[in-house]
Amino acid sequence: MKYRMAAAVLALAGVILAAYLYLFKLGLIGTLACGTGSCETVQLSRWSRFLGVEVSLIGLLGYVALLVVAVIATKPALELVRWPSRWLAVLSGIGTLFAVYLTALELFVIHAICRWCVGSAVIITLIFIASLLDLRRLRGASG
Amino acid sequence: MAAAPSGMKGFYVTLGVVAVAGLAFLGWQLSKKRNISIPANVVVLPADTAGFRGYLLGSDSAPVEITEYADYECPFCADFDIVTFPDVRTRLIETGLVRWRYRDMPLQMHPFARVAAHAAACADEQGKFWPMHTLLYQGQTDWARGGAAGHFEKYAELAGLDVDKYKDCMTSARYAGRIEASYQEAVALGVNSTPTFLIAGRLYEPLSYDQFKHLVDSLIAVKRAQ
Repeated sequence: MKYRMAAAVLALAGVILAAYLYLFKLGLIGTLACGTGSCETVQLSRWSRFLGVEVSLIGLLGYVALLVVAVIATKPALELVRWPSRWLAVLSGIGTLFAVYLTALELFVIHAICRWCVGSAVIITLIFIASLLDLRRLRGASG
Repeated sequence: MAAAPSGMKGFYVTLGVVAVAGLAFLGWQLSKKRNISIPANVVVLPADTAGFRGYLLGSDSAPVEITEYADYECPFCADFDIVTFPDVRTRLIETGLVRWRYRDMPLQMHPFARVAAHAAACADEQGKFWPMHTLLYQGQTDWARGGAAGHFEKYAELAGLDVDKYKDCMTSARYAGRIEASYQEAVALGVNSTPTFLIAGRLYEPLSYDQFKHLVDSLIAVKRAQ
């Protein structure tokens, strides 16, 4: 259960982080709190949209979905049920691949690093790891 | 089964703490954005316009001067600035044929036009008028929907401004009189839409690069013949 709880807390942190970046794109936040100043270079680049949708909005919706699944998964009655962990693994796996793609863009195309984006990449990777550990726990429990 | 009740309680407390901290952070960030408005009903003082004819680009000795009256929130002005002006700049202004003079004409229908004009004036204070001018037009579709002041702060940073000085300038609204003077100048000339161009004493609606080129060549030929 601790892995699911960890995933829920991380997903909530992801929701807040993605909401911050999306509010910035909506022009509701003046400047991003970013030490190096590269956050805005990344956020204002044409790669800040994916298939016409703001990447930060995609992230926000993704983290909300993860949060809902993770919180449901912490119900004691579902502790030995596999589907919540599978959903967490699938969603966070897709998110991790997307984060790898975005980080590669930052490093090799935009040549600027956004610390908030790095933070999001770390969060989604940790959620993915937590979901894999939870799946392993369930295999151990059934085996 | 399962997590002990105390474990669940700790989990919910942790979620609550993260949620409260996150919402507090977002609220703080949102409240930092200052809501700036630039008044239109100002009395224009001589000091507002002393020594200022507009934002100039190009050689003082260029044979033709073109004055543009424009509004940062006007879509046609943005189209002109993004599509046509780069050609005009490189082929007419930078070649010494034309001196460009940009004047503000913030229309009443555009709620953020004066704020945008003031942001450009504050950028001019730091020698960055033209980069800011370009960013304002390029980002028009973003800031015209709302949150303009926040977008302008981003542009100030991208244009390489000292952002704290820029913010102080915006808060002071010290160029409100100059913007109003520019607006009144346009109205007095009979400008009733934007962008409008004043060339050799006549007003023109938006022209293509070829039309500008043709007009400039004609004016230069007339000057040479005189």
